[in-house]
Amino acid sequence: MAQVDVHLWAGLRRLTEGAEVVTVEAATIGEMLDALVQAHPGLKPILDAGISVALNGEIYNGARHRAIAEGDEIYLMQRMKGG
Amino acid sequence: MAKDGLNTEFRLVGTRPNRPDGLDKVTGRARYGADFSLPGMLHGAVLRSPHAHAKILKIDTSKAEALDGVKAVVTRADFPEGLEGEDWNLQENTMAGDKVLYDGHAVAAVAATSKLLAEEAVRLIEVEYEVLPHVIDVDDAIKPDAPVIREGASDASVPEGMPPNVVRYMEFGRGDLEAGFAAADLVRENTYKTEATHQGYIEPHACVGQMGSDAKGEMWVCTQGQWFIRKMCCAVLGLEASQLRVTPSEIGGGFGGKTTIFMEPLSLALSRKANGRPVKIVMSRSEVLRATGPTASGSMDVKIGMKKDGTLTAARAEFRMQGGAFPGAPVDMALYCGFAPYKLDAVEHVGYDVLANRPKCAAYRAPGSPMGAFAVESLIDEMCRELGLDPVEVRMKNAVREGDQSSYGPKFGSIGLVEVLEAVKGHSNLAEPLGPNQGRGVASGYWFNHNGETSVSMSIAADGTVQVSVGTPDIGGSRASLSLMVAEHLGIPYEDVRVNVVETGSLGENEPTHGSRATFASGKAAILSTDQAIKEMCRRAANEWGIDPEAVEWADGAAQPAGPNAGKFPPMSIKEIAGKMGETGGPISGHHESLPEGVGASFGAHVVDVEVDPETGLTKILRYLVVQDAGRAIHPSYVEGQYQGGAVQGIGWALNEEYIYGEDGRLQNPIFLDYRIPVASDLPMIDTVIVEVPNPGHPYGVRGVGETGITPPLPAIASAIHQATGARLRHLPMTPQKVRAAMKAQDS
Repeated sequence: MAQVDVHLWAGLRRLTEGAEVVTVEAATIGEMLDALVQAHPGLKPILDAGISVALNGEIYNGARHRAIAEGDEIYLMQRMKGG
Repeated sequence: MAKDGLNTEFRLVGTRPNRPDGLDKVTGRARYGADFSLPGMLHGAVLRSPHAHAKILKIDTSKAEALDGVKAVVTRADFPEGLEGEDWNLQENTMAGDKVLYDGHAVAAVAATSKLLAEEAVRLIEVEYEVLPHVIDVDDAIKPDAPVIREGASDASVPEGMPPNVVRYMEFGRGDLEAGFAAADLVRENTYKTEATHQGYIEPHACVGQMGSDAKGEMWVCTQGQWFIRKMCCAVLGLEASQLRVTPSEIGGGFGGKTTIFMEPLSLALSRKANGRPVKIVMSRSEVLRATGPTASGSMDVKIGMKKDGTLTAARAEFRMQGGAFPGAPVDMALYCGFAPYKLDAVEHVGYDVLANRPKCAAYRAPGSPMGAFAVESLIDEMCRELGLDPVEVRMKNAVREGDQSSYGPKFGSIGLVEVLEAVKGHSNLAEPLGPNQGRGVASGYWFNHNGETSVSMSIAADGTVQVSVGTPDIGGSRASLSLMVAEHLGIPYEDVRVNVVETGSLGENEPTHGSRATFASGKAAILSTDQAIKEMCRRAANEWGIDPEAVEWADGAAQPAGPNAGKFPPMSIKEIAGKMGETGGPISGHHESLPEGVGASFGAHVVDVEVDPETGLTKILRYLVVQDAGRAIHPSYVEGQYQGGAVQGIGWALNEEYIYGEDGRLQNPIFLDYRIPVASDLPMIDTVIVEVPNPGHPYGVRGVGETGITPPLPAIASAIHQATGARLRHLPMTPQKVRAAMKAQDS
């Protein structure tokens, strides 16, 4: 289980008591998302609606299985779409 | 020769063999969506709303049903209830419920024994409407008195108190914006607007759907993603995914617009009601323009701080976009891409996804990025001109490099923007003298590269040739590039590999060909599949030679002893191994499925020279240069084609294309005569330079190249027109009328 800083987009601050970076313990992207919701339940509808996760610059839709480690750079992003 | 200086010694990668689908396409043998027919097939037609916004009070289908030859009529009453979220949006867009939400919204559909009969039956359906006020423009839609399109449609991202047509809100950035602007020598802020444009694919949507009373069905359809079609049709109709088999046809263009459903569920619903007889639906061009997804329109405020030497100190963007009567305008992607070429310590983005009475927008090549680029790159150019700075040098001074924090957050991996700008600086087009009424514009552009669910299989035939099964329809040359990579990897001729785009029963889930991913993702999976087959072929050779499989390697299309200690055996070719595989253990194949990691984003920069006729305001493109990082161009002709195609679509968006609505909210230009996409006679040869900064995340260095090219033309042409006329146009398209009016305003 790694302790990771998750960068949210600023518009979510009102759902996280003002925090734009939330630190959680998780071993995978899925655990990280669950931990975010546990810490800030207001995030649940946003995450359920679909988001992307940028992990060390690689952007994932889904990929809850993907392992994360201490020191990884993690950003929540709007769900990625392409043409 | 690649500019990175790394290994480029390939036998096939980087060559330009004939395209595998070429003969089929030039002889008419290729089977597109409308070419498919089945015995007993019926033909479908759709009744569409003549109103932009109205309540449906009553639908009477009795006269249509009574017409001889009509076999089924469906309305929303034939669809399951209780859907939520995007599934509900898709269902509502497929067939209107209580209200019609835009001109062209489907209200009912008919299946009959001929297309003419179906169309006649549609005319017999009587619908009673209560017309409601409508709103078309994004800025009008957020005014306090705007008609509310759907109460409660906003998601949890929208703070209380925002206008009801705002359905998604976003805000992100970093740094001290105030200090950044205070440190600038010049701060400018302007508003830019882009109009909705259509992908303009030449082949209209077409499908044949068949669904029996046992809820088992099949569909043959023109699509970028057969698994998406399956998933969406099943959601809308309440079917089990495994019971619907979807086969993609050849595709006559998609550009993102064929990654979703429109009339496909109607053919299945009609078939189900017509005792399982297959139903073909082929859209007319007018239906395509009225009722399939164009891109969004945007209204965008941008503020930038710049020092006298061109250094950017701070930037802010506030974008409002409407994506029709449903959530999904690509305002997020527009914000992500707008400032992406620039290194910024202080940046803020705000975005509003807004409803309007227009068709549900769909993805269009780099969704959102062209709009963001139009706003940001235009303002950068305006400030360069005001400070007397070279626009290429300013872009180079502020260019992001590997390891830099992107404007949208994460650090960039390997990228090639600097190499692209160097190539622009060295190109002869920049030295071409300009005459009277001529101008030059430069702009950068960016698009991501998406990974996505990917499943690929390959098998060795008994004669040593190879079949590869992929789930990503070939919209831009992926069959050729995949063949080249697999043939390179195996050490066999290009012609010995056939890549087939297969139906949903043949592979695990595949995301569509979107996000510039097919050559990257299916290519990487095909190579990893091939590795499995190579391993097995080495094992078969080892068995025959009586040595350890680890002592065998694959080289030059054959299994070979790995070194002197392995023993002396002549190479065993793929043909030899394949010829006796039935006696040595059975079929040899490979399979790989994953979310392929290691995507490589692509930056580009365009240079355009224009001449503006001062009498008419007509803009003529004199010269056009596309420079873009491909990572590695597997088949350079296709890469160049992607660059040119993107540029041409961007030129159309910049100069001509727009959805024109009347006061009544009806689309006024739903045919190609009035919705004018560029034709060959409008264009010069589009020059291309392929920059190759290999993507370390792909075995051959591939980056996604399909989308970036549509991004820079919008601002580059606006800047060129500015130089030619002195007038800056900040509202697309820059039609002759608008250019002339801007010139007159300048004179006065």
